[in-house]
Amino acid sequence: MLNIGDIMETIKMIQNENLDIRTITMGISLLDCADPDIDKACEKVYNKIVTKAGRLVEVGEEISKLYGIPIINKRVSVTPISMLVASSGGDPVKYALTLNRAAEAIGVNFIGGFSALVHKGFSAGDKELIAAIPEAMAKTTRVCSSVNVGSTKAGINMDAVAMMGHIVREAAEKTTDADCMGAAKIVVLCNAPEDNPFMAGAFHGVGEPDCVINVGVSGPGVVRSVLEKHPDEDLNEVADLIKKTAFKITRVGQLVGTEASKRLGVPFGIIDLSLAPTPAVGDSVAHILEAMGLEQCGTHGTTAALAMLNDAVKKGGVMASSNVGGLSGAFIPVSEDAGMIDAARAGTLSLEKLEAMTSVCSVGLDMIVIPGETPAEVISAIIADEAAIGMVNSKTTAVRVIPAIGRKEGEELEFGGLFGSGPVMKINDKSPAKFIARGGRIPAPMQALKN
Amino acid sequence: MRAIISVIGKDTFGILAKVSSVCSENRANIIDVTQSVLQEMFVMVMMVDISDAKCDFSTLKATLEKTGEDIGMQINIMHEDIFNSMHRI
Repeated sequence: MLNIGDIMETIKMIQNENLDIRTITMGISLLDCADPDIDKACEKVYNKIVTKAGRLVEVGEEISKLYGIPIINKRVSVTPISMLVASSGGDPVKYALTLNRAAEAIGVNFIGGFSALVHKGFSAGDKELIAAIPEAMAKTTRVCSSVNVGSTKAGINMDAVAMMGHIVREAAEKTTDADCMGAAKIVVLCNAPEDNPFMAGAFHGVGEPDCVINVGVSGPGVVRSVLEKHPDEDLNEVADLIKKTAFKITRVGQLVGTEASKRLGVPFGIIDLSLAPTPAVGDSVAHILEAMGLEQCGTHGTTAALAMLNDAVKKGGVMASSNVGGLSGAFIPVSEDAGMIDAARAGTLSLEKLEAMTSVCSVGLDMIVIPGETPAEVISAIIADEAAIGMVNSKTTAVRVIPAIGRKEGEELEFGGLFGSGPVMKINDKSPAKFIARGGRIPAPMQALKN
Repeated sequence: MRAIISVIGKDTFGILAKVSSVCSENRANIIDVTQSVLQEMFVMVMMVDISDAKCDFSTLKATLEKTGEDIGMQINIMHEDIFNSMHRI
């Protein structure tokens, strides 16, 4: 018989500390849906998604009931759509509408993969897809888009970086009535993982199997609660506590992933060991850092605390799962984290500090609201900085900033749901326009030459 | 299949009787019971075998939750594997 204390610990984690499985994401390859006729290709895409993922939501709910653990999101990621555009040509928005229709039919809240991988350059379909992103984001509600603009091996495609500044702005402008939501569904990545289950950056890489189940776990509330019970231990002890907690959280993910894979008859890919916050009180990564002893997230010491948290989560989680992948680390999306929102409102957390934080954790500048008048080249420069951190440190970095069209520093955007709300943050007002206009490619760093 | 039923709340009489009668009505075989007072809350944990249960898991779960509401206790039922995977290597 299990120990009563252990049983109560598990129940408390789920009921009081918001432990959940953040997402079960089915990755589906669409390579076999390519067709020279775009309408035929769209039909194949729809049929494949509905056939493969038709039972995803139902199975997710069954497992959730059986183990008594909430599974918050059931999602789908697909092959980057630019690859289908390459063979079909035509208006890429048609694919976005098809993906949206398929997502609605199977009941998933997001589908990722309106994407292009252009870290070394553009091939057929890439530019067309990128140009179509703003319209696709405005005309759909469930489709997420990502563009990989750099990698440690390839360097940074600065032409793509320059382009994405305009795309992000345009997406926000086209969705001004919906709190610029279009930009919240676009991620610009460097070193994008091919098996990431988390939106908005999820897509199904070409090296992946035809269909696969990836699981993203969560649990910032659990980690914070453990740390609050040990206010005076030294940091060695703190790291150890985080590791033990991450192990437990990840084991639940492993259990759920294995069961989902069995029931759906699809191979189990990876667990993404991420502490993913939500705007709910008690589910904040910022509050973990504060439980470690910082008065407020964003102050001096934040980067060190976050580095330790991120490392301990991986060390604890890696033993709990047979395959770890995706982004794996602590997420710091400002608008989705109650503690980050407070710190940004108070002015303790600045864009520059967030940038420093992204060099020691996954993933990047995430869900950050910037002034509506921010020029495209400034957004591009923000992307370039972040991509450089990823490229040099051989890690994934990403930018998901939302220009709050018509609003200024101090005002807020309200996205609702898991996206939360965010204050417009201050940005540096000196222009990087000339640097961005140069275009070309930042060559791959020495770190690329590992062979 | 084995599951863990947990009952949490303020101690009162007849808790064990009520929960075990739900189990017996649904042919859930009680394998082990343990109870304790943790942080001033009464906690009872019951391991049941539901391989021969006459209703499916969701129905049993709903019945137990309803019983919990009736007696002012919080009752959960969860597959034992979630506890095994979290607390055993």
